[in-house]
Amino acid sequence: MTRDETKLLYASTHEWADIEELDGVKYATIGVSAFAIEQLNDLVYMDLPEVGREVESGDELGEVESVKAVSPLYSPVSGEVVETHGELPDELEKLNSDPYNFGWIVKVKVSNDSGMDTLLKYEEYKKQCSESA
Amino acid sequence: MSNDLAKTPLDSVHREAGARMVPFAGYEMPIYYRSIVSEHNACREKAALFDVSHMGRLRFDGVGSEALLDKLLTRKVSDMPVGGVRYGLICNDTGGVLDDVLVSHLETPSQQRYHLMVVNASNRVKILKWIESLLPEFPKVTFSDRTDITAMIAVQGPLAIETSKRIFHFDISKLKYYQATITNQFSKPVMLSRTGYTGEDGYELVCRAEEAPRIWENLMLVGRDAGFSEAGLGARDTLRLEAGMPLYGHELSESIDPLTAQLGFACTLGNRDFIGSDALEGIAENPTPMVRVGLLPDSKRPAREGYPVLNAEGQAVGEITSGSQSPTLSRPIAMAYVRRDDVSSNHLQIDIRGTLVPAEIVQLPFYRRS
Repeated sequence: MTRDETKLLYASTHEWADIEELDGVKYATIGVSAFAIEQLNDLVYMDLPEVGREVESGDELGEVESVKAVSPLYSPVSGEVVETHGELPDELEKLNSDPYNFGWIVKVKVSNDSGMDTLLKYEEYKKQCSESA
Repeated sequence: MSNDLAKTPLDSVHREAGARMVPFAGYEMPIYYRSIVSEHNACREKAALFDVSHMGRLRFDGVGSEALLDKLLTRKVSDMPVGGVRYGLICNDTGGVLDDVLVSHLETPSQQRYHLMVVNASNRVKILKWIESLLPEFPKVTFSDRTDITAMIAVQGPLAIETSKRIFHFDISKLKYYQATITNQFSKPVMLSRTGYTGEDGYELVCRAEEAPRIWENLMLVGRDAGFSEAGLGARDTLRLEAGMPLYGHELSESIDPLTAQLGFACTLGNRDFIGSDALEGIAENPTPMVRVGLLPDSKRPAREGYPVLNAEGQAVGEITSGSQSPTLSRPIAMAYVRRDDVSSNHLQIDIRGTLVPAEIVQLPFYRRS
């Protein structure tokens, strides 16, 4: 299945979230938007959280480093990290070409909806990017 | 972006080329056009063009210019012939570095001789004031800030000199490293200098501001097929770091002297009076406890400016001043100031965001062109 970027939710800090419901439980697959990856430029390192970690929306999930700088990765949702994309740190160059599929970073089992209402729809997020570019 | 930032004469050329512009030392400058790594690699493999017009260009005319410069600089320049270029430092009385600069001795086609000093953009105002305070002692010197009426372009890389033959009437391959001349281009004077800040062969040019877009476009026109790239400040920084060159504000500051910074080669000490000479002679006899070194962190993660350097026992013995992934070596590299006593042990560690990583001290530069 190919993820459709226009159907995802976005944090103002440039993470995307794909929220699916399974047996009444919400799971968020999280990554970094194509816009942010382009702005970060030449990624060299990614630090993933441990599975089992509890995060609140807005907490730091990990860090992404480009040649020039360290950028935090924030969780767009609250819950427990249930899976991380272990191959990704060794294949960061693929983030550029496929940020929404191969580029997924973590899966979080959503514990409550706090912070969800602040997430942006694709059109709103695109507007934010065009204003900041 | 804020309106109080200055633009270089090449601003619209950068925007048309798709540059991402950032504020730097009071200017809006390209950080990159496409990617830092691709621009870095273009410079190492072919050639790259850098707009360095933000750097300050100060001109000294008239009798006494050489005496003034000899008082100002750690390096003697009064014995430098026309066509010479020297790297030197401007220090305060205690030997702290106010700036690192290049001075060229030039002659115009009408046989007027003068000295041109290129200073860091971030230090221009400070250095202007510093020099102006000395001028009363040298009443016949005419000192002028040429930064705004000129532009400066660096062309760096193995193909830079060869390709220049298709552009300039003057054959730059006739200049040796650290030599400069003035030639005419489109009937306007252009200074050409075989110098740079990348570790590659190449040259830097200074032209009238209004000529800069035409010269830049011509350089790209003949260079594009040969693999030239425009390059921004991002690649400029990774290139100079690989070449082991210090950057003011990182390896150099008013609280660091040139000897601690391992720039003794740029200090002519002994029987010379210049500002800071007494302090530097004292430091030469009794070196400071710190020294600038190159480090290879044993990590996939780059060490960055400000990260602590520790000895084998875990004591803090220094700090990273510049660090990045090296595009040429495909590994992190860094420069640091480290306690001299801990350099010989070579069992250092870097605190990379809470993780202690072993680091090897290596001879600078990290990269030397073949």
